[in-house]
Amino acid sequence: MKKLDFIIIIMFLAAAGIFYFTGFRPKGEGSVAVVYIAEKEKVRLPLNDDTEKTFTTDYGTNTVVIKNGKASIASADCRDKICVNHNAISKNGESIICLPHKLVVEIEGTEKSEVDAVAK
Amino acid sequence: MSKSRRVAYYGIFAALAILMGYVETLIPIPMPVPGIKLGLSNIVVLLALYCMGGKEGFAISVVRVAVSALLFRGFAGFWYSLAGASLSFLVMLPMSKSRRISIIGTSVAGGVAHNIGQITVACLVLGRGVVLYLLPVLMVSGVITGIAIGVAAKYCVAYTDKHIDI
Repeated sequence: MKKLDFIIIIMFLAAAGIFYFTGFRPKGEGSVAVVYIAEKEKVRLPLNDDTEKTFTTDYGTNTVVIKNGKASIASADCRDKICVNHNAISKNGESIICLPHKLVVEIEGTEKSEVDAVAK
Repeated sequence: MSKSRRVAYYGIFAALAILMGYVETLIPIPMPVPGIKLGLSNIVVLLALYCMGGKEGFAISVVRVAVSALLFRGFAGFWYSLAGASLSFLVMLPMSKSRRISIIGTSVAGGVAHNIGQITVACLVLGRGVVLYLLPVLMVSGVITGIAIGVAAKYCVAYTDKHIDI
């Protein structure tokens, strides 16, 4: 390892830290899972309501499950199964993505629910 | 080096790179976040880059991406992998020429560039910035796997220079 190697490593780690603290991370608990297919919002599923929904499009089929306040994808007919293996999500800004099917499950809405809670 | 010898080396390196991509899928690594992987095939790309040259390394990298996409992942994964591999190579090429940066620094920058390339394509395909929150995690994982791959590649290059006449 040479001096410049260390500088490169430290530079990348510092950049990652800066991105992390400037907002490239999940923030707090979310309240609703929003499902997008091909950039269009399909449905909003509240996280406090256990459900299971299957989405079939020209691209393929995914089953989105809401359980115990967390959203996950239970099954999909894509090849890589990255979305199925993904951890269940519940934090604001987190998402599960199935690239081949252009499906995104994104968690939203912490700030709003916190304000509501205070107002009540 | 004769032309046929050159062709044979292209073939061996491309085959090795494809095989490494497959071996990697056999190693179970817990993935808290999609996109984290070891990048074993980058050992072969680095080896080609340092022992053969830029043009050769790029050709082998592209062949690997195309064949792996056809064999294992399907066409949807092709652009995704190609973006990662190309950006990674564009960063590694000038770094491999520098005497002040070792193969480990090159590998780290390549690993991080690969992940940034994949995130960029994911944002373009999905049309939204939803995956951007993965950026810090993938940068750190790129650094860690980059160091591991760089150390491995260093030994491979040393062995190849000593024992094999490319």
